[in-house]
Amino acid sequence: MDALPDFRVLNPETLDEALAARAQHPDSKPLGGGTDLVVNIRRGILAPSVLIDMNRVKELHAIKVDENSIEIGASVRLTALAQHSDVIAHYPVLAQAAAHIAGPTHRNMGTVGGNLCLDTRCIYYNQSEWWRAANNHCLKTTGSMCHVAPKSRGVCFATYSGDLAPALLTLQAEIDLAGPNGKRTIPLEHLYIGFARQDVPVTETQGDGKFFLSLRPGEIVVAVRAKNTPGLRSAYDKIRIRRSIEYPVAGVAVALKREGDKLTDLRIAFTGTNPRPVLLAGTAELCGGGIDERVIKGLDALVRDQIMPMKTTFTPGHYRRRVAGVLARRLMTRLYES
Amino acid sequence: MARLLEFTLNGRDRVDAVADNMLLLDFLREKIGLTGTKTGCDGGECGACTVLIDDEPALSCLTLAATIAGKRVDTVESLGHDGQLSAVQRGFHEKLGAQCGYCTPGFVMASAGLLRRNPNPSEAEIIDALGSNICRCTGYVKIIEAVKYAASLNAQGVSP
Repeated sequence: MDALPDFRVLNPETLDEALAARAQHPDSKPLGGGTDLVVNIRRGILAPSVLIDMNRVKELHAIKVDENSIEIGASVRLTALAQHSDVIAHYPVLAQAAAHIAGPTHRNMGTVGGNLCLDTRCIYYNQSEWWRAANNHCLKTTGSMCHVAPKSRGVCFATYSGDLAPALLTLQAEIDLAGPNGKRTIPLEHLYIGFARQDVPVTETQGDGKFFLSLRPGEIVVAVRAKNTPGLRSAYDKIRIRRSIEYPVAGVAVALKREGDKLTDLRIAFTGTNPRPVLLAGTAELCGGGIDERVIKGLDALVRDQIMPMKTTFTPGHYRRRVAGVLARRLMTRLYES
Repeated sequence: MARLLEFTLNGRDRVDAVADNMLLLDFLREKIGLTGTKTGCDGGECGACTVLIDDEPALSCLTLAATIAGKRVDTVESLGHDGQLSAVQRGFHEKLGAQCGYCTPGFVMASAGLLRRNPNPSEAEIIDALGSNICRCTGYVKIIEAVKYAASLNAQGVSP
C-alpha cells in the first residue's frame, strides 16, 4: 500500500477535550480501531490532517446493560460487546452481530462507533490509488461518474455493510451525537441517509452511497442506546464468501414476538445490500397469524421492493437480494419456532 | 509531527521518538529492527503483522505507533528464552505448522494470545481465534494441530 501522508495524532482523555480538538480541526477524523479509516488513508482515499484518537476518552468505554435497556459507548471494542454475558442473554441479535464482524483480531481493534459509521464499499472505490486512477476515479472519490450505474446522474451506490446497525435497528435504537453545537439524540434509523434516489438532490436527510450519514460537520458518535421489549426473540446471521475477514454478501437481523400461535411483532433489517442499512417497512402487516404462505410471500415482496443490491461487489446484485430474502425467511422461521 | 513514545516492548520499557504518521509495523521493523513481524497484505486482511497489545492480538499494519503509549507490545521475538522455544513455537516446529513460513509469526502471535486467555481451547475455539490469519500455503490442518500441541505443552508448564 501507499505510504501514509503527513498528519497529526491527538490523544484526548475526556469527551470535552475530544470535542474541542474536533472543533479546532474541521478537517480531522475520529480514530477508533483504524481497521476502516487507516486502510482508507493508506489507499489515498482520505487524507485528514489530524486524527483524533478516541481510545483514551474515558466516557466512551462503558457498556451499561440490564434486562430493560442497553447503552454502549462509542469506543467499546467489538470483542467486548460480543462476549458480554448480559448482552448475549438479553440482546442476542446485538451480540451475534458483533461476533459476525470480520475476524477476531479485527474485533479486538474495531469499535462500536467505528462500525456504526463504517464507510460504504464498492469494487470501484476500495482499490489502491493507481488502480482508481487507471480506471477513471469514481463518483465516491474525485470522479464524475458512478461506474456501477453510469446513468445514475451523480448518485453513488456504494454499499453499507456494517453489522451492528441492522441489529440495533431491530431494537429501535437511538444514537447520541455530540458536536460544536451541543449534543443531540436521534433515532439510529435517521443516521443513515443513503437512499440513493435520483429524483431528489442530496440533503441532510436524503443522501446516497457517498453521503450516507446524517452527521453534521464536527459531530462524533458518543453512545448508542436501546430499550428491551419483553418477550422479543432476536438473532443475526450473514452470508459471506469466506467465513472471516470478509464483507457480507448480505447480513440480516430479525426480532419478533410470538404470542400463542400468533406473530405479534416483526422487525427485519438488512446490511450489505443498499447504501444504508434497511429496516424493512411494512412488516407489521405480516403479523397477526402464524408463519404461513401469506407471510412468506409478503416478506418476499417487501424484500423485492426495498432491497436493491447493485454490482458493487464481486457477487451480482440479484444473487445478494436472493440471499438476503432467504436468510430473513430462515431466521424468522427459526425464531418463531424456537 | 513527532512525539516521545513511552511503552513496553517485549517486556522492556523504552522511550522512542516516533512520527505521528508511523505505523506500528514500520516502527517495529524499520526503526527498532525487529523484522520477525511480517508485512503481508499491508491492509488488514492477512494477519501476518499480528502482534499482542496488552495480550490481545492486533494488526500492526493498521495501528499507529502514536496510539500505543503506556501499552505492552509483544512481538514474535518475545517468545522463547535462553535458547528454549515457547510452547507455541515448539508446536509449530514439531507439528510442521510452518510451510513457506511467511504467515507464521502472525499465526504464532495469534495463537499465543489465545493460549494466554484460554489455556485449554477446543478445536472450534482455535479455528475462531485464527480467523484473522491467512496461510496461502493453506496448511491449516497442521497449524491447528500445532496449537493443540502447544496447549498440551503449556499444561506441562512450558510458557505459551
